[in-house]
Amino acid sequence: MLKRALRSPVTRRVSETVVTLFGVAVVVFVMLRAIPGDQISASLGTEAAALTPGQRADLESYYGLDQPLILQFFKWIGNVLTGNFGFSAQANKSVLAMIAQSLPVTFELALLAIVIGLMLGLPLGMLSASKQNSVRDAASQAVGLAGLSIPGFLLAAAMLAAVAQLFHYNPNGQAFATLLQDPWLNIQQMFMPALVLGFGLAAPIMRTARTALLEVRSQDFVRTARGKGAPPRRIQYVHVLRSALVPIVTMTGLLFGYLLGGAVVVEQIFSVPGIGRQVLTGINQKEYAVVQSSVLVIALVFVLVNLLTDLLYRVIDPRVRAL
Amino acid sequence: MQRASRAAAPWAAMTGIVVAVALAVSGCSSSSAPSPASGKVGGNLVVGMTTDVLSLDPWKATQFQDVYDVLPNIYGTVTELDKNLNVVPGLAKSWDVSKDGLTVTFHLRSGVTFHSGAPFSSADVVSSFKKIMDPATAAVARTALANVSAVSAPDAKTVVLALGSPDASIPAGLASVNTAILSQKGTEAAMAAAPNGTGAYKFKSRAAGQSLTLVANADYWRAKPTLGQIQFRVIPALQSIVSAMQAGNVQLATFDDPIVAKTAQGSGIQVAKTLQLSYHVLQLNATKGDVANKDVRLAVQCAVDRKQVLDAAALGAGAITGPFTPPVYKSDPSDQPCPTQNLTEAKKHLAKAGKSSGVTIKTIVSQGEYSTSVNEAQSLKAQLAKVGITLNLEVLDSNAYVAKWIAGDFEAAVALNGGSPDPNTMYGRYFTSTGSLNKVAGYSSPTLDKLFVEGRSTSDVTERKAIYKKVSEQLVSNAAWVWLFTGYNYTATTSGVAGFTPMVNGSTQFLRETTVSK
Repeated sequence: MLKRALRSPVTRRVSETVVTLFGVAVVVFVMLRAIPGDQISASLGTEAAALTPGQRADLESYYGLDQPLILQFFKWIGNVLTGNFGFSAQANKSVLAMIAQSLPVTFELALLAIVIGLMLGLPLGMLSASKQNSVRDAASQAVGLAGLSIPGFLLAAAMLAAVAQLFHYNPNGQAFATLLQDPWLNIQQMFMPALVLGFGLAAPIMRTARTALLEVRSQDFVRTARGKGAPPRRIQYVHVLRSALVPIVTMTGLLFGYLLGGAVVVEQIFSVPGIGRQVLTGINQKEYAVVQSSVLVIALVFVLVNLLTDLLYRVIDPRVRAL
Repeated sequence: MQRASRAAAPWAAMTGIVVAVALAVSGCSSSSAPSPASGKVGGNLVVGMTTDVLSLDPWKATQFQDVYDVLPNIYGTVTELDKNLNVVPGLAKSWDVSKDGLTVTFHLRSGVTFHSGAPFSSADVVSSFKKIMDPATAAVARTALANVSAVSAPDAKTVVLALGSPDASIPAGLASVNTAILSQKGTEAAMAAAPNGTGAYKFKSRAAGQSLTLVANADYWRAKPTLGQIQFRVIPALQSIVSAMQAGNVQLATFDDPIVAKTAQGSGIQVAKTLQLSYHVLQLNATKGDVANKDVRLAVQCAVDRKQVLDAAALGAGAITGPFTPPVYKSDPSDQPCPTQNLTEAKKHLAKAGKSSGVTIKTIVSQGEYSTSVNEAQSLKAQLAKVGITLNLEVLDSNAYVAKWIAGDFEAAVALNGGSPDPNTMYGRYFTSTGSLNKVAGYSSPTLDKLFVEGRSTSDVTERKAIYKKVSEQLVSNAAWVWLFTGYNYTATTSGVAGFTPMVNGSTQFLRETTVSK
């Protein structure tokens, strides 16, 4: 029974997750310490040159920098496992509290961006696949290429500048409001950043959808359905789209995971206090606890999103359920 | 102190790319600046800033936004600076210096209270000064009180500083928020959560990474502050701050990027500019490599065209400078061996040094510390190449740059260093043999040591001006560093803001006289 339990897919998945997260922890820990400087020079800047050796030793002890690296690492891991993610002297709050505030913000932004990406990318993919090598196919692909080619930061900054200048409207210039605090202001503040991110996501979704749809359209069961007189709309949505969903869901899941840490540029430009921005600030201030714990949480959420994606396959594709 | 985070530096490159769009868009609409209206007292002002406050502890704060934007409004100091950086009374209504210069007596004001309601007295001053002087506190301004051997309070309104040697820079040093007076009963933990000062505005709330809000201190010892509330709002991208101002969400912002200033001006926002105290410089480390030779350093000085560096790197937004930048002690930028580029003279110095074939100088440059660093370095490299001097540029991220700068691990460094109202404070710790930053400066001499002692020994401004003129001459005639230019501080305000006076050191202390109309 123990052997069966160890070989089960669930056990295998949990083990893979633990190993992945441990690997992420080691990489982020080492990389942070490989960058020259430390929390002392980050917080004091060039004034750190004026510290006496005694003052430096006191500060190193305060920040825990006087411990051997391996001790620092396992102390941090031990703390994380007991729910202590560290403390940010700059924010004067626990890292866990910071993550509890910032992660939902990025989550909301990523979700909205995915929705916009799907709303743009799926119809474009379907239009493109409806008649291969036609004008509409070329036009759809051109739109997708534009989404891939235009850097997100350029689109974000240009959009913000244009809207503020022309319409004197900039909800992101106001203090950030969460969905619970002020839903209407929150939606306004999330709209432009989600639009920018969604535009960038539309292209890979469009291309994945196009490829998947073209492949499914050429299969026998679609020809059979057409031969049996099924309406084109039913063929498109019930037979073709549903069968093409697996790669689209895979791509969407990957993009969602990427957005959790990758939305940092848009978060900066639109002043959205998400976890990406939190990590960037932590890197600049050399707040090791903030960076390490936030990156670990992002990695964990990414793994969970992948798990959810795998579970969705079983809902979409009966063949997977049978495995 | 370096103006480290002022320009939201990592985003400066992105801002530069987008400015073309913003400028084009701004051309589409009317750009006439509305005439400023007088605001109403008690209004709420939102100030945009690119980074969050790093520290609410005035004794440890070094980030520019902390020291000059936020904390001067919360905390009080024994002395203050007026609009021209003259030292004027603060929490002390007057002070006397004994004839031998070894005793400074401060006479404190009555009727001052901390935001907590606790009365302010000499005990708080003594407690604050002793803690600042204590090495365990790791206070940034410990060197400002380095010459103080004892602090005492004969009564509740008097504080006496006994000095080991005369130090005329003390009154100016005590005007810095890094020497702010804190309640003797306060603790570091309590202060981190809720600052308790004697300033014009009280701490109300903070959303870390997003905003910090102050409200008027109704018991402020000066006239009641004119704003009801100030919110310092974090908007990481400088261009986004301009967009927020265009939409009316933010009413005031200060920055040093000339490109953003131009964008803001084109959209109806008023932009005032003041020359900075901080200075752009090519630091030369006279203890390392070929720059240890005075003639090599003079060759560098003669080969540099400072106006061209200013024009190329900062779009001409600033003025070439000598060592001292405070208005009262300002150096004449043309008073140096090569006031303008002189390639012939540069080659002569190289020949005198036996380096006619040229030299290579390892130079560190920060990427992201401030907006013009890399452009300055490239401009200097091109100029010096004309005489065979190769600047081997090592472009580093700001943390790596600061680490090397602190260690003096460079032959040359392209730097933006903070200035100070007092000339001794500005360079005493750099260019004296026992100065805490002499390792970074890389140059000292017995002549300079003597001059700095003389400058500290007299409070007479006329005498001090003459002494520091000699210091300036020593620095440039030996080409200790090559001083380039000072940039502008820009203060952008929307049309409803009135009464704000920008200061040369970048302080926003005059928010206590600012009004805003809705």
